[in-house]
Amino acid sequence: MTNQMLEPITEQTYYLNMGPQHPSTHGVLRLFLKLDGEYIVEADPIIGYGHRGHEKMAESHLYEQFLPNSSRMDYLSGLLFNHGYVAAVEKMVGIEVPPRAEYIRVICAELNRISSHLLWFGTYVMDLGGFTPFLYCFDDRENILDILDHVSGSRLTYSYCRFGGVAKDIDDEFISATRQFIQRLRSRWDDYHNLVTKNVIFIHRAKDVGVINRELALRFGCTGPILRGAGVAYDIRKAEPYSVYPEMDFEIPTGTAGDALDRYMVRLQEMEQSLRIIEQALDRLPDGPIKAAVPHKVRPPKGDYYFAVESARGALGFYIVSDGTSYPYRLKARVPSYGNLQVLTDVLPGTLVADTISILGSIDIVVPEVDR
Amino acid sequence: MSLEDLREALSKIVDATDIFPRDYQKDGCVLEIRAEADKLEAVAEAAREADFFLECITGLDFTNGLQVIYHFNAFSNLSRVLVRVQLVRNQTLSTISSIYDAAIWYEREVFDLFGIHFDNHPDLRRILLPEDADFHPLLKDFGKVHAFRSTEEIYDEPDA
Repeated sequence: MTNQMLEPITEQTYYLNMGPQHPSTHGVLRLFLKLDGEYIVEADPIIGYGHRGHEKMAESHLYEQFLPNSSRMDYLSGLLFNHGYVAAVEKMVGIEVPPRAEYIRVICAELNRISSHLLWFGTYVMDLGGFTPFLYCFDDRENILDILDHVSGSRLTYSYCRFGGVAKDIDDEFISATRQFIQRLRSRWDDYHNLVTKNVIFIHRAKDVGVINRELALRFGCTGPILRGAGVAYDIRKAEPYSVYPEMDFEIPTGTAGDALDRYMVRLQEMEQSLRIIEQALDRLPDGPIKAAVPHKVRPPKGDYYFAVESARGALGFYIVSDGTSYPYRLKARVPSYGNLQVLTDVLPGTLVADTISILGSIDIVVPEVDR
Repeated sequence: MSLEDLREALSKIVDATDIFPRDYQKDGCVLEIRAEADKLEAVAEAAREADFFLECITGLDFTNGLQVIYHFNAFSNLSRVLVRVQLVRNQTLSTISSIYDAAIWYEREVFDLFGIHFDNHPDLRRILLPEDADFHPLLKDFGKVHAFRSTEEIYDEPDA
């Protein structure tokens, strides 16, 4: 008799909207979840709330005028988008960039990558309930923003890379501040690992959660730390070397299982590799001009071009069709988060709602980048 | 599996005259394939077989029809392959979402922005625009654009 009463009376599923204003969705993302109790049956990420039509805007603007748009797609790694767009147009036109400018770009881009990873680290741990590491990260990140602000004049949406070079030369203050920052962040690793990596609650929330293996990443076109967490050492900086990365000595950290913990470890190790790149670039920084002579209006020859760089979230590509005028005929931004977010439709079913927070945090999306 | 394997598999699907080597240093791709709309699925299957991933799908609007560009890439060095499919206006295209899951969203995006219909797509809804939008914004007759050209003007005529 008692047993019968404990049997569920009917089986039913229900729908839950997570977002578009949920704090863990980091931007206006809506997850439309079909639930069976606490378990997810179906997940449908609904995007487009931040669609601004950057690709349409490009068709009526000069190549130069589109430059500020590039850093507004992914506002957390704006300089990497800047670099990708500028390098794509330089390749089309055939502009030789002076070595000093390339070194400055790499230093600033890697600083930006660290700041993006630091913000991800802080918010991911905060989503899982740890508030203190968030404050530590923002303290460190503030340092980077100050350094980049000093040289570029902006804190997030940079237009620092220009066709043929960079907007402004770096000075001794920048160099000493960057060297100090490297020291400072290195002294923080122990704190981070003691606070978070060795924390048993964190490990339970991340280990074996949201497994994305190589096969799944290939089907969904996932790149960046997600793919590397699955054990594939694929990084555009090595696979399609650009700028001065071939001269730098750095490793591609990889995971094994492809769970949230692997992605976490990959990003932490990437920050250390970025520090190594910055150090080498500062040591070898050549003298010389910071900007090549470029025509007032660039006019790429007819044809189509694809140029890829490694953003903080994965492979970023600009596919540009030129009709021989100073306006792009069509500009497509292949943004890494688009594929990285879609994989949720496969990963979420079967997991708990609480794990959604951990999985979503571990793939590190920036919604305005997905929406463009 | 490598680029050479893919090239060999592709030569059985499309004519040899439709395979063009491209210079990576110049424009970022190593191979271009011009495929008919009905060969697309076979091309995608060959790419999947050769361990390539689908990097992106792009729509293009020209006065003489639409084009859909597929970029495939491998997790190794310099192997970006561009597949170009020429469509007449209102022609539909078969989906490759059963081969690459990534195509579900990429094809939704092309449908949303260009109005190209993909046959047998499991879930062809708008993705970036609101569901009640009644326009396809990346078509050249919508909004402000600088130019509307034919494919010959861009790919065949020499630079002025």
